Amino acid sequence: MATGGYSVMSTLDFSTTIGNAWFPAPTFTASGCASSGRELAQFFPLKDMGGVVTKSVMSKPRAGRPTPRMAETPSGMLNSIGLQGPGIDAFLAKDVPYLVEQRARVIVSIAGETVEEYSTLARKLRSVSGISAIEVNISCPNVENRGLVFACDPEASRRVIDGVRRTIGGELPIIAKLSPDVTDLVSIAKGVVDAGADGLALINTVLGMVINVDTMRPHLGGKTGGLSGPAIRPIAVRAVYQVHAALPQTPILGMGGIASGKDALEMILAGASGVSIGTASFGNPTAIMSIQAELKQLLLDRGFTSLKQAVGYAHRPIEGE
Amino acid sequence: MSQINKSARQILAPILSNKRVGQYHQIIVSVGDIAAQCKPGNFVAISVGGESSRMVLRRAFAISRVSTSSTVGGTMELIVAPHGQGSKWLCAQGEGVTLDLVAPLGTAFGIPTEPVPVLLVGGGYGSAPLFGLAEILNSRGCRVDMILGASTGSKIYAPMEGKRSVNSMRIYTDDGSMGTAGRVTDPIAEIIKDLNVAVIYSCGPMPMLAAITKITSEHDVVHQCAVEESMACGIGICMTCVLPVSNEDGTVSMLRSCIDGPVMDGSKVQWQQVGTQL
Repeated sequence: MATGGYSVMSTLDFSTTIGNAWFPAPTFTASGCASSGRELAQFFPLKDMGGVVTKSVMSKPRAGRPTPRMAETPSGMLNSIGLQGPGIDAFLAKDVPYLVEQRARVIVSIAGETVEEYSTLARKLRSVSGISAIEVNISCPNVENRGLVFACDPEASRRVIDGVRRTIGGELPIIAKLSPDVTDLVSIAKGVVDAGADGLALINTVLGMVINVDTMRPHLGGKTGGLSGPAIRPIAVRAVYQVHAALPQTPILGMGGIASGKDALEMILAGASGVSIGTASFGNPTAIMSIQAELKQLLLDRGFTSLKQAVGYAHRPIEGE
Repeated sequence: MSQINKSARQILAPILSNKRVGQYHQIIVSVGDIAAQCKPGNFVAISVGGESSRMVLRRAFAISRVSTSSTVGGTMELIVAPHGQGSKWLCAQGEGVTLDLVAPLGTAFGIPTEPVPVLLVGGGYGSAPLFGLAEILNSRGCRVDMILGASTGSKIYAPMEGKRSVNSMRIYTDDGSMGTAGRVTDPIAEIIKDLNVAVIYSCGPMPMLAAITKITSEHDVVHQCAVEESMACGIGICMTCVLPVSNEDGTVSMLRSCIDGPVMDGSKVQWQQVGTQL
């Protein structure tokens, strides 16, 4: 980058790529935090952000977990939704056409209970037009292995991505969404990339619990929930930094508590090629728009002429060493 | 644009006044054109705690009343009980403080096309939106009767001017400290018969709404209730505020109380399934 700082660049290439998918801006919704997209469309045009990552969809309609599903925590929240959704057929019939009509770029997130379910979902997506990429949410219990979460099992993670890759062929980019609740995130990341993932989404929520001191039982209907919001941001920055160091060529969608342009920049400097905004949209429906504008200005202020120059910039060697 | 949240806008709105009324605060906010879009039953989602707040989620409050004709333009009245950290923060904000709010959100109470007798039932601070509703129903020629209940008298919200729009108001408290000792649901069956009530509008805690639904199921009365479920976003994107509601085909779906509610048809809500796995 131009480090001299003598000339102020007024133009910035804000675009990003994941596999062969190009996005005009590096800002996305986080899966499960924008519902079908219609809800946010009242507040800003969906085409104005990088893309919509849809709520993880499964083969069949799903009612999700009992209430209470939410607890606010210091600088964050716990949720326990249980992947409530319409199922892939209704999703493809109603939600995808709406997003395409809005000229939004669409990353479809899929979730399954078996390796086979992920492949079945991928097969249904293969011929759908208007989709830029697939996110494979592997933070689901594997019913074929005592409910152990795929993302916490390196071998199961690889098999899911391998199955999806074989089913959809080489065209559509695959983004594997990983859980931070593992001992060796880098080895899981390497495994899914070897199996055919083009990109990684880091991080999913962190497993947590709140106990209600009046009822003296777990507050959430599902007992445990996923912690999100600024409380987990340092965990996410660390995860992105470590994985980018090990896999510098693999694009990462960074997420976890991003609520401002500065937070987004931090994630990009750690090695993310794009950022997803989730909990911040709950607190502010136009969060993605303000984060996008702030990020652009912060990059310009630092003399970057493209977003890509800033990706992983925190990894550069210290001058003189 | 989208049909969901179709009138909602996010604005910065100054507080015009904040007065303590018993255990509640009456907060008037200048909201401009938004006031004309607000209907009884709608709610507002407000950011709390200021810039460095550790409270990341908005707080949802029922809009108790709006005025489009004040000297400062459109205003919105909120009745807030300082319960939790967010509502305590809001109640502590004085005149001139600017609030970041999104409104109007959610469904509204349906107004009958004929001037029929209606009964309004409020539990605790749930009575707040019923006074604005009473004014509208009254202006449409409906006979409006109201019953309010709470655990104790200090938790009853019943402003003097609110009584103007109602034919009668009865108060019930668990401890008998105000009005009659007993539950607000005790006299409903009798009132339905005596006044030939066609619609019950209710707002309050879930067990009260469930109990009213049980009564209306035995009579030919429509029950429109405003539900209270904890929400993270208020705009339909987080899926936390769901309730089991029956569909036309007899199946049950988890509907969001923020966009498919807060006003719902009480007979469709599967109260016994709330908090259970479908």
